[in-house]
Amino acid sequence: MACIEARGLRKTYGATVALDGIDLRVEEGRILGMIGPNGAGKTTALNAILGLTPYEGELKVLGRDPWTERDQLMLDVCFISDVAVLPPWIRVSQVIDYVAGVHPRFDRSKAARFLGKTTIRHSSRVRELSKGMVAQLHLALVMAIDARLLVLDEPTLGLDILYRKQFYDSLLNDYFDGNRTIVVTTHQVDEIQNVLTDVVFLYHGRIVCNSSMEEIESRYLEASVNPERLTEARALKPIHERQMLGRSILLFDRVDRKQLAGVVSGPGDVRTPSIADFFVAVVENQDAQAQGAGR
Amino acid sequence: MNNPSHVWNDSTVESQGRGRTMISWGQRFYWSIRRELWESKSIYVAPLIVAGLIVFAFLIGTFHQPGKLGVALTLDSGIAQHTAIEQPYTLAALLLMGTTFIVALFYCLDALHGERRDRSILFWKSLPVSDLTTVLSKFAIPLFILPLVTFAITMVTQWIMLLLGMAIALGSGLSVATWWNRVPLFQMSLGLFFHLMAGHGLYYAPIYGWLLLVSAWARRAAVLWAALPLVAIGVIEKIAFNSTRFASLLGERIGGGTAGAAFPGSGNVPMHAAHIHSAFLISLDLWIGLALAAIFIAAAVRLRRYQGPI
Repeated sequence: MACIEARGLRKTYGATVALDGIDLRVEEGRILGMIGPNGAGKTTALNAILGLTPYEGELKVLGRDPWTERDQLMLDVCFISDVAVLPPWIRVSQVIDYVAGVHPRFDRSKAARFLGKTTIRHSSRVRELSKGMVAQLHLALVMAIDARLLVLDEPTLGLDILYRKQFYDSLLNDYFDGNRTIVVTTHQVDEIQNVLTDVVFLYHGRIVCNSSMEEIESRYLEASVNPERLTEARALKPIHERQMLGRSILLFDRVDRKQLAGVVSGPGDVRTPSIADFFVAVVENQDAQAQGAGR
Repeated sequence: MNNPSHVWNDSTVESQGRGRTMISWGQRFYWSIRRELWESKSIYVAPLIVAGLIVFAFLIGTFHQPGKLGVALTLDSGIAQHTAIEQPYTLAALLLMGTTFIVALFYCLDALHGERRDRSILFWKSLPVSDLTTVLSKFAIPLFILPLVTFAITMVTQWIMLLLGMAIALGSGLSVATWWNRVPLFQMSLGLFFHLMAGHGLYYAPIYGWLLLVSAWARRAAVLWAALPLVAIGVIEKIAFNSTRFASLLGERIGGGTAGAAFPGSGNVPMHAAHIHSAFLISLDLWIGLALAAIFIAAAVRLRRYQGPI
């Protein structure tokens, strides 16, 4: 069964179209990265999935309609929307008591074990903790809940690199077991590139790319080419081109690796593109197409 | 830290058998109420402070004018004597009620606004607690919890005052028995209990409901949005029909209407109490108010469903 299934999912705020009819299917056991610039519709899509906002179109999460069956759905879905949403007045021990009191799938001993690895004291109030510690606390709470879908909306925004790395390490080592599904949005795409199994690029409320990481790795290659061999390289039909330090970086879709190796100077000059570079290429092509269509 | 073993057992059973929900609505409601008490300490701290001040003032008063007590006991008329001795107790109850009413107003105005302001609504909504449960738990604070807290604190305060009074009377050679007879604490407490639960709880329900609704709706300046429409209706009525029906209705509601008549000070008329109580419970006023409160609360629940952080 698909964990998330959307067809023609659309959401408008007055005249602004936040989601322009997206189709999306996320199987169980995947870790999906939702990537897009600010205002692309990521948070709107997540809010629809979490039943926080009404929408047009069809949407099923774990077989349920998130808007009408939200209370039931929240037994199986956890989310961290943004850092710092834990109430500042609450004590660590109180928030554990509360979640244990209202959530049937919360394992108090697990939460205590995760917290034991941090320096967070049970008597502290959230407002006394550093931003990184609040994120650790929230993650410990969420990981102690036996949920089927975990949604993370910019869960590490504003944290330093150590906390960010630790956050995703815990998530992979202590939480993800191949059955759960995780959907994450972040601007630090490159940091989570090897965590993801799938990516979706959102741009202006539309999905401009929806692919598994394996597919990206097997289909796309990036080559950095010296100016004198540019014509040769262009003959291989790159889908995107950019300049860097006097060389051209060309992105190819389904190109013969050997052929490509012939036009570059060294073996290190051909590689799998980073998700961020790939995203920029896809988006710029999208813009060029849109302009072309407009003319 | 309430019975952690029980909670722990629940969750282990749950994690083994997915799909079975063992947390009842009552448990979620209970924890939601506890959450409110953690967040809004003023619910009991404010009346406790006022109670402390009352006892302190009472002590100073009785030491300062010990003669007054003697004079009170020698008054000819039983009623005058009664009033003189009972007065500080009634005053204490009034002060505490006033305090908790103010606490209730501020609590309601902030209840659904604060969670959006500090963005914690996103955390609360990530847990399987419905908007209805959350709003009802917030409504229950002024409706039941605050009257109960007020009752308990008032009782303790009055008993401390009585014991202090008797100790001082004993020290100045006055009759303790007279004292005891003149302060009918038990009758007063029954009256007080009814007054608090019926008057401050049920009769004020539409006020609390309205404030919760504004609190769920307003993006800022909730106080202003709570008051302005009421003032506007009053002004429009005055200009359009040259009448002040709405204003007097509002005044009557805050004044307590028929519930106000059942004030505990009338401990000397216990046989009237039952009559007043039943008259209050079947009064149209009360039920119209409760219906209004239900509409406001339903609207607040619906609003919270759509609202995100501000």
